[in-house]
Amino acid sequence: MLFNFANVLLILIGGFVFVAINLILSRFLQTRLPSIEKEMPYECGEEPIGDTRIKFNTRFYVIALIFLIFDVEIVFLFPWGVVFRKLIEDGAGILAFGEMFVFILILLVGLAYVWAKGDLEWIRSIQSVQEEKT
Amino acid sequence: MRQFFGIFGNLSEVTVGSSKPLAGLLLEILPPLPAFLEEYEQLLAMITACGIFVGVVPLIPLVLVLAERKVSAFIQDRTGPMRVGPWGILQTLADGVKLLFKEDLIPPYGDRVLFRLAPYIIVCFSLAAFVAIPFGAIDLGDERYVFIVSNLNIGIFYILAVSSVIVIGIIMAGWASNSKWSLLGSLRSAAQMVSYEIPVGLSILSVIMVVQTLNMQGIVDQQDGGLHSWLIFRTPFSFIAFFVFFISAIAEVNRTPFDLPEAESELVAGFHTEYSGMRFALFFIAEYANMFAVCAIAVTLFLGGWQGVLPGIDILGGLPGFVFKTLFLVFVMMWIRWTLPRLRVDQLMNLCWKYLIPVSFFNILGVGIWMLIFGADTMDMKSLGPSLVVIVIAVFILLKQVFKGVSGTKRETTPVPSS
Repeated sequence: MLFNFANVLLILIGGFVFVAINLILSRFLQTRLPSIEKEMPYECGEEPIGDTRIKFNTRFYVIALIFLIFDVEIVFLFPWGVVFRKLIEDGAGILAFGEMFVFILILLVGLAYVWAKGDLEWIRSIQSVQEEKT
Repeated sequence: MRQFFGIFGNLSEVTVGSSKPLAGLLLEILPPLPAFLEEYEQLLAMITACGIFVGVVPLIPLVLVLAERKVSAFIQDRTGPMRVGPWGILQTLADGVKLLFKEDLIPPYGDRVLFRLAPYIIVCFSLAAFVAIPFGAIDLGDERYVFIVSNLNIGIFYILAVSSVIVIGIIMAGWASNSKWSLLGSLRSAAQMVSYEIPVGLSILSVIMVVQTLNMQGIVDQQDGGLHSWLIFRTPFSFIAFFVFFISAIAEVNRTPFDLPEAESELVAGFHTEYSGMRFALFFIAEYANMFAVCAIAVTLFLGGWQGVLPGIDILGGLPGFVFKTLFLVFVMMWIRWTLPRLRVDQLMNLCWKYLIPVSFFNILGVGIWMLIFGADTMDMKSLGPSLVVIVIAVFILLKQVFKGVSGTKRETTPVPSS
């Protein structure tokens, strides 16, 4: 099996070499004339205002967390999917399906909860956040 | 040295069924090596096979960028690039050379190491997705050689894993650039890509339940019975799964109508705002290579891979057939890009979390129930027949609705003649 993954390693090395050759070639062919204006962060021609590492929407964290739960779930579903047909042929189909149905149901309840709480809304009105606090 | 390479095992171990990867074909057709290299002939064959892919994949964007410009031109009633070469076919090459000569700036206040590392990660891992895609096959003697770098037994799972590493590269690029546009663009891009990974994974799962293998060549082998054996037609739910997969794939590669990370009107150019010259070109290569990869995966999983339309007869089969089907899907993506306007962020997230994910869960349960009722063997006429009937009726009803809507809107917009 390692033989197969050696190919993946070789492709990654190949990609690395490809990028490196391009960048080195480009380094020797280009002229570099740095100036203060060029090195400024691009903000549509205006002088940059404030720190770049701005505060961003907490939605991103929430989405990442929900994603994590569902992704782990998919990892659990894959082995079941691979053997499902064999289980049906062995006569255990309804049991296998029932167990996975319960598993998916639990996670769908989770999705429904997040949905009902309004965490799937990208834009939340100030009112709804305040209602939640009280 | 030999022992060191010995841990990789042997080529004969990796044959799945009767098919061998590209390295095996190279060993077969290339002339024998000089004596002092014979020990390493398998390793050299592997390196050559990988070298071919590393060489060919960056050429795909050269074609696709030109195709995109030509398609957009024809949709908008223009001619597109016409000056460089006949009908402008050398335009992308000229652009590439131009970018090679351009100064690439590295923002001095950003994180210089991450800024340099990001293109490496994005290009390497979009190349890595091509490892497990079977592009075609050739029969030599009684052996079948598949054009695949490595016939991984967890093929499709590996592709899912590798394609999500690209998100890390995008976040790196955005964070290191020290620009607000880049930061916001990369965060949006990451949120979008991870969200749409779930519908992708779930639609792949509904295929896996039918074929019960994760091996990409194994999936293609089960579709060798002609058009009706393609996995898209096996159950009515895999028909839905194909569309869920394709919509999510468009979002995964950040294309219109889901190209919010690069929305010019609000974020300039998204995560690669600060990149210029060759580094920018590398992002472009990765983007178009990804686009080709997701279409190739869609073809492999749902549209028969390199298998032809009719059993035994090689129409639309083999390497040319595979490339044709993939390029057709790529064309559909371009068509969508130049037809639909961009979504808003909240619409984008709603579509994923409130429509696609519940629909794909429903799909999985549907496939399960279908297999329980109509038997586990979906190639059996007892299961395939009802499936085809349901799909045909559903498509018919859908088309009827669509055309009803079209003629209805036309009637509304027609000005009433005043008498």
